Amino acid sequence: MSTTDTTVKSSPANEHGYKSFELGGFKFHRDEFFVHVTWPTGTHLMSVDTFLRALQRDCAWNFFYGTVNFDHVIGTINHYGNVDLFAGKFNDAYRTAELDHLENFPSEQILGTFREMLADWTNAGYDPFASPAETAAPWGVKNGDNTAAITRQRVAATRMVGVKGDEKIRSDESGYPVNRMFADVPQDEPEVHIEPGFESEIAAFNLFAYLSRSDVTWNPSVVSVVKESLYCPTTEEYILPVVHGNDRVEWFIQLSDFISWDVQDRDSGSPRAKVIMKAGDVAAMPADIRHQGYSPKRSMLLVWENNSADLPALIASGKAPTYPINF
Amino acid sequence: MTEYKTVFGSLDSYEKGRIEIIDDDPKHYAFSNVFEVANKSKAYEKVAVALNQQYALEVIRAEGDSDWFVCDHDETILCMDGEVRVEFVKPDKALHSDGADGSHPIAGVPAGKPMGHVLLRRGHQALLPKHSAYRFSAKKTSVLLQQTLNGPLTKQRWASICLS
Repeated sequence: MSTTDTTVKSSPANEHGYKSFELGGFKFHRDEFFVHVTWPTGTHLMSVDTFLRALQRDCAWNFFYGTVNFDHVIGTINHYGNVDLFAGKFNDAYRTAELDHLENFPSEQILGTFREMLADWTNAGYDPFASPAETAAPWGVKNGDNTAAITRQRVAATRMVGVKGDEKIRSDESGYPVNRMFADVPQDEPEVHIEPGFESEIAAFNLFAYLSRSDVTWNPSVVSVVKESLYCPTTEEYILPVVHGNDRVEWFIQLSDFISWDVQDRDSGSPRAKVIMKAGDVAAMPADIRHQGYSPKRSMLLVWENNSADLPALIASGKAPTYPINF
Repeated sequence: MTEYKTVFGSLDSYEKGRIEIIDDDPKHYAFSNVFEVANKSKAYEKVAVALNQQYALEVIRAEGDSDWFVCDHDETILCMDGEVRVEFVKPDKALHSDGADGSHPIAGVPAGKPMGHVLLRRGHQALLPKHSAYRFSAKKTSVLLQQTLNGPLTKQRWASICLS
């Protein structure tokens, strides 16, 4: 039986107090303001704020569906068991200049390194999941840590939030106060009348109130499940910290307020459309695009996913369409 | 301190967004609005606004009492506007072919054991548990969004609901 090498390769703290890390041919180094990434054919610099917010989501989502672009150069591709780490793969100029680079790692190996990097590079008071208006800054020399913020349990209902034995609803008492931008969202719960013997079957909850109490942004979490159909609502404020490249069609239902999406070709990054969504709007994100959202006020977005493990191969082989509907 | 206003849509008040095309076909985004769809629907039609392989999201204009429905898998219902009561019965016997996708109508009131009921207002989501029968009642016109599978009642009218 083979075992995966999950050893994290890191070097002692540098002059700024931060460890440096290696993953195959990739090297990661942090100073007060920037993350420096090097690979055999190139180098890249990112703001530590942008990098940590992307890294947080890649870790929490276990690399999500498809491609997580940290920016226009660095990112990961999830193959569900193993993960590509790349530089310049989805950037025409890097590919043309042959400066792009890609290495594949078992999921546990890259996740182990990413988690340790996130823990070491996140200072006290900085929460990479929070709105920039609700967290301290990530800058400066090493200053403590924020383990509670970066190791939050991701909500993953098996049937629906509020069903007996499933994920619990949120309240002040459970540590989820209403967010400042959702202070006007009604907190009433539905009336639920259950006949004896059906306590595990009859359930309802206030999804909007539940979302108004979310303490994170741009973090889809599963609240209801119908076979492989997952409702993954999330609250959004400011800018989606990654550019998500789809490996399947996903759908957005704007539950409140407004988000503007920049949609680009997944592989080249060439702009394709702007999708401006208001409350009640429904739109598909095709399987061959990448997208990034902008939410001026904290908003509620229902992300609807088909979790089928077969979809990426079916779409890549042309057996399933890139677009959801032909009309 | 700033007072923020959260904007939800309703049958009477919604503002549809838009697509600004740069190099694509707007049909690829199947862009619609649940309130606009409900405004154009008949009572209790189940109109697909999203489809992903066999899975569907359906908009329902709830008005008066619906028929009874049964389903072999869990579904959920989210109230987007108004107030809707959902009544549940555990049928004495299976009421349609096992394993069939989506919700199915049944004639009359199902014989079985009452399971309970829920009263949903805007933002409330309920489980429609598998192997149960349920029906909706709305005293005023309301809007529901159902998480289900593409079934015999699912209506697809993309050309009339989507931006193109």
